[in-house]
Amino acid sequence: MRTMPTTLPVLLRNVVLERAGKTLLGPINLQLEASGRTVILGPNGAGKSLLLRLCHGLLSPTLGEVCCATLGSPTRAEVRRRQAMVFQRPVLLRRSAIANVTYALGLVGIRGQLARSRAMEALDLVGLASLAERSARVLSGGEQQRLALARAWVLQPEILFLDEPTSALDPGATQAIEAAINRFADNGTKIVMVTHNLGQARRLADHCLFLAGGRIVESAPAATFLAQPNSPEAAHFLAGEQGAYLKERDDDPDYYSV
Amino acid sequence: MIRTIIRFSTALLIALSLSLSVNAQERGFITIASTTSTENSGLFEDILPQFTESTGIEVRVVAVGTGQALRIGCNGDADAVLVHAPAAERQFIADGCGVDRREIMYNDFIVIGPGSDPAGIEGTETAAEAFQIIADAEAPFASRGDDSGTHKKEMSIWADAGIEPAGSWYRELGSGMGAALNTAAGMDAYIMADRGTWISFDNRQNLEILVEGDPNLFNQYGSVLVNPANHDVKHELAQEWHDWLVSEEGQAAIGAYRLRGQQLFTPNAN
Amino acid sequence: MLDAFASAFALIISGDAELLGIVGLSLRVSLSAVFFASLLALPVGAAVALFSFPGRSGVIVVLNALMGLPPVVAGLIVYLLLSRVGPLGPLGLLFTPTAMVIVQSLLIFPIVAALTRQIVSDLWEEYREQLTSLGASRLRAIPTLLWDGRFSLITALLAGFGRATAEVGAVLIVGGNIAGVTRVMTTAIALETNKGNLTLALALGAILMTLTLLINGFAYGVGEFSRRRYGA
Repeated sequence: MRTMPTTLPVLLRNVVLERAGKTLLGPINLQLEASGRTVILGPNGAGKSLLLRLCHGLLSPTLGEVCCATLGSPTRAEVRRRQAMVFQRPVLLRRSAIANVTYALGLVGIRGQLARSRAMEALDLVGLASLAERSARVLSGGEQQRLALARAWVLQPEILFLDEPTSALDPGATQAIEAAINRFADNGTKIVMVTHNLGQARRLADHCLFLAGGRIVESAPAATFLAQPNSPEAAHFLAGEQGAYLKERDDDPDYYSV
Repeated sequence: MIRTIIRFSTALLIALSLSLSVNAQERGFITIASTTSTENSGLFEDILPQFTESTGIEVRVVAVGTGQALRIGCNGDADAVLVHAPAAERQFIADGCGVDRREIMYNDFIVIGPGSDPAGIEGTETAAEAFQIIADAEAPFASRGDDSGTHKKEMSIWADAGIEPAGSWYRELGSGMGAALNTAAGMDAYIMADRGTWISFDNRQNLEILVEGDPNLFNQYGSVLVNPANHDVKHELAQEWHDWLVSEEGQAAIGAYRLRGQQLFTPNAN
Repeated sequence: MLDAFASAFALIISGDAELLGIVGLSLRVSLSAVFFASLLALPVGAAVALFSFPGRSGVIVVLNALMGLPPVVAGLIVYLLLSRVGPLGPLGLLFTPTAMVIVQSLLIFPIVAALTRQIVSDLWEEYREQLTSLGASRLRAIPTLLWDGRFSLITALLAGFGRATAEVGAVLIVGGNIAGVTRVMTTAIALETNKGNLTLALALGAILMTLTLLINGFAYGVGEFSRRRYGA
């Protein structure tokens, strides 16, 4: 349903990110394919968020290059215009929900009545149409994240990056976000998401990337990876997260009620 | 939004420039630089409306110390000056800053001090004598210290007494007459002031007049026009003001001005 | 003291035309100065916050230092500029309300610019990744950040306004305290003090304080209302 993407696949060649002489990430060689839902997993400090930011052009690599198909580096505005990102904590402008969406449209030159109707569609999609005129900053955490998704959606990105978008949300809100992400994917948008939640990875991932110590340790189809990781690090990580996951269920008697 | 801002600022600018012309009379206005003592005495409030009435010219008074008033005149920022320092006024003309000095009126200076009079100057005939006693007693003395007409006068009296005032008892305030009186009242110091400011001054505390009537305390006011050759000043209008001051009408107005029942200025134009 | 407040009250009640003129001019001059200074200071402060350029730290230090620019110095500079013998002499602006607006703008500009830089800097920290992600250039981010920082920026404007209305040295030099033309609250207070008319001076001071209080209260109320409404 989409015309030929021009920023996909995203290719990372020998990408290294250093800060103050310390290597934080890399070297990384990676190709993000034009479709499907890629989930990035890994322990804290593995460099997952940094990887997303490099792919989105919010950071520039110290060495190597990030190349988005024919359009080149994502630090170029016209590349980033075809990408979108949803952050762990949504940063919403201090204005109404709909104004947050029309603002994003304004940046790509869509204004006035057209912008309003497109924004309403996007809000409707995430179930926020009735809160359109509400100030964005007084929405609940889940509503704010859905608004961030609507704002990303309305730009019709070829690729959507998500950095632990549900880590601060309750299960109900998480479900709403996951549904919206699936709708993005069904629409042909490439999804690249960082998560800590293995259940979420199971529900959403087509493909898994496992990062540890700033490097890609494993890259495999989700079913394969989650059932039978190849590397000891990933196996350890999955066991640990599984343990934490089970422990969390033990500690939280309400968990089953969701 | 930008357009709204531009529109709003234009409106504001217009409103502001309109506000400049609120009080302008049909013939326009002149600016004169004068001294705080004249302004504070209330003389201008009394005689300016009479002048405006008979000529249609508005007068705007910038009241500062004599030194600054002459400086403003020399820069062409006023059209005429009305000050009280004859020597400085002559120098002003000699420097090419002004033309046509005329004597307008006089009042007098008085020596003021705390009623307890710790140095004991009350009853002395001349100001120089009183200053001598104050210096000998090293009693606190507040000096304007601002190069004003009053300050220049005070310095000439010290010179007459053969004293170069210095020491912790001699306090140079660097402020206007009223402010200096406030300070002197606060520290029970002797001070020399013009009578006009003194009469209208309310915050006297312990201060009283101790010496007056010395011919040397005579305070002559002069009007000088700013030299039209130097600056684009409103010479014709200022000339009318100048002439009015020495006219029968102007002199009568000055002589008729009363503050708290007392005549402050004696007109003495020739 | 009580006398002063009683006579302040009496002055207000009497609706004395001269007093109203002085109050009106004070507000007109200071509000205009805040407006014109902010027109420049808001974008400049935001630009310094967002862009890196050689000498940026120097600019920040100078802006911060200029917040303490002595009014008398500002007055002297503007006097020398506007004097007939100065470069802008032919405009004939000395001893006019316009001159007072100019000098107050000069005093307000560094305050608004420095506070704006600080506020926008903090906001940029929060918005930077999101705005960059959405494709906003730094130049485009300036109006966005100014608008989103509007509740905090009101405080910066109030600080500027406070400085303008409280200041006497600068407007005295460039305005000349001419009765009915350039006499504002502070110069009137100084004049009455010089006359030893301390009660009247204090009464005028009480009126000035009341006005300042009202304006600050109003701005605070508007700020709080919108803060609650927009959840800033």
